[in-house]
Amino acid sequence: MNLEEIQSLIKFVAKSGATEVELETGDVKITIKTPNKKKNGEPDTIIQQVPVGMPPIPVAPAAPAAPAAPAAPLDSVPAADDSKYVTVKSPMIGTFYRKANPEADVFVNVGDDIAEGKVVCVIEAMKLFNEIEAEFSGKIVKVLVDDATPVEYDQPLFLVDPS
Amino acid sequence: MAKKKVTIFKKILIANRGEIALRIIRTCKEMGIKTVAIYSTADAESLHVRFADEAVCIGPAPSNDSYLDIARVISAAEITNSDAIHPGYGFLSESAKFSKICEEHGIKFIGASPEMIDGMGDKASAKATMLAAGVPCVPGSEGLIENAGHAIKMAAEVKYPVMIKATAGGGGKGMRICWDDENLKVNLKSAMQEAKAAFGNDGMYMEKFIQEPRHIEIQIAGDKYGNACHMSERDCSIQRRHQKLVEETPSPFMTPKLRKRMGDAAVKAAKAVKYEGVGTVEFLVDKNRDFYFMEMNTRIQVEHTITEEVINFDLVKEQIKLAAGVEITGQGYEPKLHAIQCRINAEDPQHDFRPSPGKITNYHAPGGHGIRIDTHVYAGYTIPPNYDSMISKLITVAQTREEAITKMERALDEYIIEGIKTTIPFHQQLMKDSKFRAGDFTTKFMDDFEIKKY
Repeated sequence: MNLEEIQSLIKFVAKSGATEVELETGDVKITIKTPNKKKNGEPDTIIQQVPVGMPPIPVAPAAPAAPAAPAAPLDSVPAADDSKYVTVKSPMIGTFYRKANPEADVFVNVGDDIAEGKVVCVIEAMKLFNEIEAEFSGKIVKVLVDDATPVEYDQPLFLVDPS
Repeated sequence: MAKKKVTIFKKILIANRGEIALRIIRTCKEMGIKTVAIYSTADAESLHVRFADEAVCIGPAPSNDSYLDIARVISAAEITNSDAIHPGYGFLSESAKFSKICEEHGIKFIGASPEMIDGMGDKASAKATMLAAGVPCVPGSEGLIENAGHAIKMAAEVKYPVMIKATAGGGGKGMRICWDDENLKVNLKSAMQEAKAAFGNDGMYMEKFIQEPRHIEIQIAGDKYGNACHMSERDCSIQRRHQKLVEETPSPFMTPKLRKRMGDAAVKAAKAVKYEGVGTVEFLVDKNRDFYFMEMNTRIQVEHTITEEVINFDLVKEQIKLAAGVEITGQGYEPKLHAIQCRINAEDPQHDFRPSPGKITNYHAPGGHGIRIDTHVYAGYTIPPNYDSMISKLITVAQTREEAITKMERALDEYIIEGIKTTIPFHQQLMKDSKFRAGDFTTKFMDDFEIKKY
């Protein structure tokens, strides 16, 4: 079996969703296991290629040739230790403001607890100010956008710890 | 004419996607104008996003919530301080409402005014405007048919064959083709019955039936000072379900005399409506080389490319200059070469051209002398299922029509797009078709064309 054939086989196994496949052909025996899904949904694929009649040769896990069936899209894709946080994303295009007007206080600060429905900011578009409400409760971990900055659709605004 | 000093725009937002967005961005870059791309979440990996100076995500995949959503597009223009919006083709390019809202927000819409879009969009009023300007239209009755006797009188003026149509009609109901007086009497009765049943209104009007017409359109340009010119024709008769598949210029059916008559008519049309910008006047041409106004498109068209190649002229640049208030150069342009465009779609010709979105695993474009490709796709790009299926425009230019066809055959053989189905095999078969090669085709051509199995 050459490398290309092995890569095709890995792709096939990953796509099929099977957790273990054993293949014996000619003088080669291959076992492919997909034991765990990593956090970002890619399987940890371990391959053992054993030519029959020879002692097993340990093979380093190959990088997955293709991810398995895509993991359900997470609401946030932050770095490893932020994985438990969720992001509040902008539902519209406009200018992000932390306060209702220059004299008011900011809606939320880092460390504040928020409940579902709490107004966390306003986004201004075409002279209209739109209050943006949180869709879940939690604690504000980080404010991701500076006051009075333009934002686009789906842009992350706040990092929230939902626990 | 004294040259008036104008300021060209500093920043243009392109309210479109795919190949045309990239096309506009390229000309803006050459003109020193900053560009803003807008994109839906489905288009995050699209080339036009990469090539623009700035990009704003404006919504989720569905067009209604992104590219067609006027509020989102205007918001994007506001936060980027764009001073003009280029709408491309399709989407909002012929939305009178959008044109008006841009006006109200002090953003220059690079297209027609709201009044012009409305005027040309309503078929009845467009026809009336053209007739008043002396542009030939499909001959027809003025008002409804009163009775059989009246119908026969009308038919004598309009000349057989005629089409009688229900005034409240649609979907092919209440329409009949009539070849002589007897035929007309019988058909009028049955059509009226059908119309009454289908629409509750048996009012009928009459139009000349144009048999097996060719679709030949004239490119025009007009400036705000009342000047207009034409840039010759494009033949777009190769259509399937009213979608153009192949376009070429000059038309194999054209003669210098016909070009002069049609060109003059198109310029008359442009001046009659005080047209500003680039546009296209579409005509039906019958076998006697009589031509009739069909409609006017107040935007840049998909097939603008072939005109550009045969007259060596950047139409998008002209469009931007005209919108900024520059005059047209004032002369017409005759094609010096021959150009053909094949629209490459992500469709399966062997299964009724059904759409084939998905990932392009391998992509290699043809090249060499006389080849132009306008595309937004690349190896590894995933075609989203939410938008139209055109992925590339392959254009060949040569000294003669035969050479342009031969070049197209060579280019299609070189063109590799793997991972999805494309219409490349269809175009390869079309280029070998004897009727196509002879230039002997009308809008009925695709009805009879059979795809050979491959």
